[in-house]
Amino acid sequence: MEPLLRAENVAKRFESGGAFGSRQEVRALAGVTFSIFPRTTLAVVGPSGSGKSTLALCLACLEPVSSGRIWFARTEVTALNAERQRAIRPSIQMVFQDPASSLNPRMSAFELVSEPLHIQKRFDKPERRDRARDLLQRVGLPREKAAQRPDEFSGGQRQRIAIARALALEPKLLILDEALSALDCSVQAQVANLLIDLQASLGLTYLFITHDLAMAAHLADEIAVMERGQIVEMGAARSVVNAPQHAVTRRLLLAAPGVSNSALEPQAV
Amino acid sequence: MNYFLRRLLQGVLLLIGVSFLTFLFSTLAPGNYLDEMRLNPQISSATLAALRSQYQLDRPLPIRYARWMNSIAHGQLGYSFAYNSPVAPLLWIRARNTLLLAITATLLAWALALPLGIWSAERRGRLPDRALSSATSTLLVIPDLVLGLGLLILTARSAWFPTGGLFSVGFENLSPIRKLSDLLMHMALPVTALVLSALPLLIRHIRAAMVEVLGAPHLRAAAAHGIPHRKLLYGYALRAAANPLIALFGFSVGTLLSGSLLVEIIMSWPGIGPLLLEAILARDLYVVIGGVLFSTVFLVAGNFLADVLLYWADPRIRTMAGAR
Amino acid sequence: MAPLLDVQNLRVSYAAQTGQCLTALAKVSFALQPGETLGVLGESGSGKSTLAAALLRLLPAKGRIEQGAVHFEGRNLLRATPRELEKIRGDRLALIFQEPSLALHPAIRVAEQIGDVIAAHKSFGRRAVREQARQILAAVFPTEVERIANSYPHQLSGGQRARVLIAQAISCGPSLIVADEPTASLDPETQQEILALFRALRQKLNLSVIWITHNPLLLEGFADRVLVLYAGRVVETGPASSVLSSPRHPYTQALLRCLPPSIEGGLANHKQCLPVIPGEAFVSVAAAEGCRCLFEPRCMERMVICTEREPEMIQLNPTHAASCFKHVD
Repeated sequence: MEPLLRAENVAKRFESGGAFGSRQEVRALAGVTFSIFPRTTLAVVGPSGSGKSTLALCLACLEPVSSGRIWFARTEVTALNAERQRAIRPSIQMVFQDPASSLNPRMSAFELVSEPLHIQKRFDKPERRDRARDLLQRVGLPREKAAQRPDEFSGGQRQRIAIARALALEPKLLILDEALSALDCSVQAQVANLLIDLQASLGLTYLFITHDLAMAAHLADEIAVMERGQIVEMGAARSVVNAPQHAVTRRLLLAAPGVSNSALEPQAV
Repeated sequence: MNYFLRRLLQGVLLLIGVSFLTFLFSTLAPGNYLDEMRLNPQISSATLAALRSQYQLDRPLPIRYARWMNSIAHGQLGYSFAYNSPVAPLLWIRARNTLLLAITATLLAWALALPLGIWSAERRGRLPDRALSSATSTLLVIPDLVLGLGLLILTARSAWFPTGGLFSVGFENLSPIRKLSDLLMHMALPVTALVLSALPLLIRHIRAAMVEVLGAPHLRAAAAHGIPHRKLLYGYALRAAANPLIALFGFSVGTLLSGSLLVEIIMSWPGIGPLLLEAILARDLYVVIGGVLFSTVFLVAGNFLADVLLYWADPRIRTMAGAR
Repeated sequence: MAPLLDVQNLRVSYAAQTGQCLTALAKVSFALQPGETLGVLGESGSGKSTLAAALLRLLPAKGRIEQGAVHFEGRNLLRATPRELEKIRGDRLALIFQEPSLALHPAIRVAEQIGDVIAAHKSFGRRAVREQARQILAAVFPTEVERIANSYPHQLSGGQRARVLIAQAISCGPSLIVADEPTASLDPETQQEILALFRALRQKLNLSVIWITHNPLLLEGFADRVLVLYAGRVVETGPASSVLSSPRHPYTQALLRCLPPSIEGGLANHKQCLPVIPGEAFVSVAAAEGCRCLFEPRCMERMVICTEREPEMIQLNPTHAASCFKHVD
């Protein structure tokens, strides 16, 4: 089977400092290579600063890569010019961690979901309306609430709006950057179930970035562990979790809440 | 250091730009100093022509600008046709008076606006806050001109304060203490007019900045630690609100100066204002440019001061600038 | 032994924008013994942050404590004067707020912020305050004390900021620390470090701790007792081991069921839907009090009586209680 997305040696450097001072270079990604197969979920885990979010932005074509190549459905995305790259964007959509800041507070749920359709000039008005209604229903938002603004919804409902909005352009790949992290436990379960459901019914592929190893292990087919801009371990979820090879993976597993907490001794301070 | 050098450079460039534009506009405006004389039949056209070439009014614009820039480099600001003397000393006497007014008014306005703004921010939504808010709205709506004239009328009727000028007659004979009190009496009216016109906007901005900070999590956290109320307000809240307020300070210096020009004219305060007005009407080119440049220098200095204060007050700017 | 903190029948309400009075907490009662760690488990809308703020009377302007008593070290905090409260806050009872990145003043150095807390309560001279602040920082940061002391908050990482908040909290030697989700925004490794730090400190300083969180897994092996909040009411309370492993209230049971399976247990139910609590999170409405159980709309074990009255706390054994009609014989 052909991978839906393939990255080869992707590197990303950020530079700070201007004409008057020393240049500082930050290597956010240092040669990342992996593939994601269609209709599967790849979870990316790692300590803070390991480059997970940068990877997400590069894959979504929101940040240009410094070097390396990315293929999406057999097209080499990195070789395209800006305009052609923009044409690929509808197929790769992102959902962010904080729905409060990623949704325009002045737009209603309905407007938020129909905006992408409007921008991409797809369909005429009545069809856009139908599609938007359809999407909101699919994510489980009650019909009466479509005209309300984000601040009138709960955190879980806001994330659903964000997901519905991401689905508006019928993407093939959905990148979820800590999309569940800001939610309460019971709400995480609800949104996770929604994601599982959508993957089955719409044939979506997910790149799921998270700190929560338990949720990653539950939702993902494969897990990639990152550290300092590189993938240090990658494999089937079961094997990564049950038989970790790399020290970072083992560290992350030990640190996950609920894992032999009572065995942790108070550190000497 | 680079941070300040860059700001300084920007200021200098601004001055050069302003001087050029002023030069341009003044010369482009129809008429010149000699037009008045032309109407006088007693002055022959030969005299006029001679005067023209003497004052270099027949040279093309760029040459005149270049010569003017050259004289700046030598510390001279050009020559006044009307007063028949170099511009610099003329400007300097008047500038001192304007600075006296503007600086006093700035300090006084802020000294009043800060406590009032903080006080009303603490009582946000309640009666005292709303009362102050209507008062400031009313003041805001009254134009400076009307304010100045109103005060003038009030004083003229009541004779509490002198209605104009810098000194009373017989100033030289007074003792130092009485000289000071005489000066203060003369300053009272123009300073009041300036302070009243600047106060409403300052209070509103200070109040807005404080209201935002008072709701901030770190203030609640500090209160949770039992930090006493006064320290919370001034040591924590005001300090956090410093950024927008310092920027406001830089801005207020500039507006206060331009406001003072108008007030000086109304109240016959011998500052740059009346000088500038006369010079514009008489087409006294170099005085006009000198006056405008003075205002710009003051504005740039005010903003530079604000930058310095910001650097000192906000560690994030310091570390960012230092890391470069 | 007299409890260190004794909360009785606490009731807190907020004035909503529409002018209505919304109840954030009602009938909240619990006691905390010296040296005990109480975990308060609650999700959004449960009133947990309101509880933390109410204990110190630091509610926002729209909040009001309508009734109840908060006895701390023999004194009722709800009757204390503002001066007395200022003295207690930070000195005897310390609060650690959520979001370490927001709880520190951005333009004041860390050591000074800790020093300010000390100076507010002790009459030390300036040098003594500085010394004390250094010592506290050394207790909380294993290395690089000098550099951290002179830093500003934005120069520190999330975990370091959390430690600074802890340093501020312990600086005057309080007997009780209330921590409101201090690790919510941190990654798991840092979370564990902070928890370990807390364990060490509470042992060394004989602290009582109220640890508020929405994640039950954090309380395992950390809290002695657990109190579960839902819709502003206490629905269950008991020893951590019993509440977390064999909960008796339908809400607690449902909450623990909807966690993803533990990693240690192999990947059971991989990619299957998780059991959820149906319906949306509780949102306070100005309904009449006491007329129904607030969890009833989402409860899998609801009965007719649940729509008629609010349940009382029923003591299931000397240490474990739950407020649910199914335990009424």
